[in-house]
Amino acid sequence: MSTFVLLTITGLGLGAMYFLIASGLSLIYGLMGVLNFAHGAFLTVGAYATWWTSTHVGGGPGTKLLVGAIVGLAVGALLAALVELVLIRPLYERHIEQVLVTVGLALVLSALVEAIWGFDARQFPVPDWLIDTTTIFGANIPNDRFLEIATAVLVFLGLTAFLRYTRYGLIVRAGVENRAMVTALGIDVRKSFTLVFAIGGLAAALAGVLSGVYFGAVDPGRGTSLLIFAFIVVVIGGFGSIGGTAIAAVVVGLVQQYANYYASSGLGDLAVVLLLALVLLARPGGLAPKVAH
Amino acid sequence: MPALISVSDLHVHLGESHVLQGVSFEVPEGGVTALLGRNGVGKTTTLRALMGLVPRRGRVTLAGAELTRLPTHRIVQRGVGYVPEDRDVFAGLSVDENLRIAERNGNARYELVYELFPELKTRGAQKAGTLSGGQQQMVAIARALLNENSVLLVDEPTKGLAPLLVTEVAAALERAAELATVLLVEQNLAVVARVAQQVVVLDGGRVVHAGGAKELLGDPERVRALLGVHGGGH
Ligand SMILES: Nc1ncnc2c1ncn2[C@@H]1O[C@H](COP(=O)(O)OP(=O)(O)OP(=O)(O)O)[C@@H](O)[C@H]1O
Ligand SMILES: [Mg+2]
Repeated sequence: MSTFVLLTITGLGLGAMYFLIASGLSLIYGLMGVLNFAHGAFLTVGAYATWWTSTHVGGGPGTKLLVGAIVGLAVGALLAALVELVLIRPLYERHIEQVLVTVGLALVLSALVEAIWGFDARQFPVPDWLIDTTTIFGANIPNDRFLEIATAVLVFLGLTAFLRYTRYGLIVRAGVENRAMVTALGIDVRKSFTLVFAIGGLAAALAGVLSGVYFGAVDPGRGTSLLIFAFIVVVIGGFGSIGGTAIAAVVVGLVQQYANYYASSGLGDLAVVLLLALVLLARPGGLAPKVAH
Repeated sequence: MPALISVSDLHVHLGESHVLQGVSFEVPEGGVTALLGRNGVGKTTTLRALMGLVPRRGRVTLAGAELTRLPTHRIVQRGVGYVPEDRDVFAGLSVDENLRIAERNGNARYELVYELFPELKTRGAQKAGTLSGGQQQMVAIARALLNENSVLLVDEPTKGLAPLLVTEVAAALERAAELATVLLVEQNLAVVARVAQQVVVLDGGRVVHAGGAKELLGDPERVRALLGVHGGGH
């Protein structure tokens, strides 16, 4: 029982990170038709900006982490907005070229990170209270799991409120359905592209910070390895749907953890791919229809 | 009467086909000008070209100002409302949200819209995707009427509607024509006869006839030759 509880909460923590990456991917694809392969690089750059800042400020690990995270999130959002403005926008409606640009950018950014900080993992500042455990049903759960889950829940609620209650959210939901008609109502839909990229970059950087806390370190390949699962989450959840993405992220995180433990270590990734195949066979469009909600 | 819209030598290529091959016509200010032609002749493409929704070459002016270099949203901001052929309501959004997103400023004309289509008020919370075709058409027209536009481009608003709804939509078009200049694509010649003063007929990628609506519709031979249908009905 205690093992099951530990696996479940760890799976949810992993799912939380997948959600943070996948929500941005999903909105960007849903709205603009761009598969953003640079999304993992936003995560890596955000995590490195957090780590770098933390080594330049005083105080305990808690302060270092907090200040670092604020800078890391800002860097993630700014980098993403810049990428949209400088690289994606000039290729408006040329989806293949846009995707190629994001692939190239992903390679360039991780090479850059490796060139500057090397291949070795960098220690993340993690306060003791996050490493300590809390006992639930006999299971000793590392406290960082709760931070990851709570953060993802807050981001989910925030994104849902943004989509439902703001004018930009309305434009994004409408744009996911029919971009051309949004412009035909007199709206410059490109402004919401930049905004969605910035939000996606922020969420990815947040995942970078949390993954740094989860693993206790950051390395140049972090973004790429998480991105693969985030793509699977997006496909299962249905492009452009935040609710579908959230459900799929939780399912993928849990399946991965359970399979790794109950079947055999290393089988978790295979189980996720099997899950993807099953969902695609049963529902080719993913779990949710292509509507942002 | 001076022309409000002037189209000259408009060309559009879609895929392999040269759909518009130098379309030229003028739309006088006020009332309804009907854009007619057989199926697939390029009526929708003409409206989409005016809206900047397809790549086009040529000149389009609105009250003397060139439109062809502007992106779609800027053309709309000049006072052009568009009711597309397949309504294109946002199915996942509520009726209220479909209208709200169309608001371009603080003075949206909700009284006018609800007076023409009271149903939109009672169905405000309903998802537009669950509306009937007629109700979706009302949403599409309402979105264009919500703002003070000088021009409305309306593409087959009565397509697939029951006779009673056709009458309701035609009444709304007449009302719209009191507030703006309407360029209307319409296959139902009874509706054309009721609302339009001018007609422009497309064929083979060009304008083959332009003139008064009464003159053309009163000449069944001409109508058959130009449109391949009998005057007065569908
Ligand atoms: N994306 C496209 N690629 C290639 N050809 C196209 C495309 N869209 C439309 N066409 C062709 O362009 C021509 C004009 O189409 P358009 O929809 O403008 O005609 P229409 O007069 O509005 O027809 P209808 O009366 O059926 O509404 C048609 O022959 C159509 O097959
Ligand atoms: Mg048409």
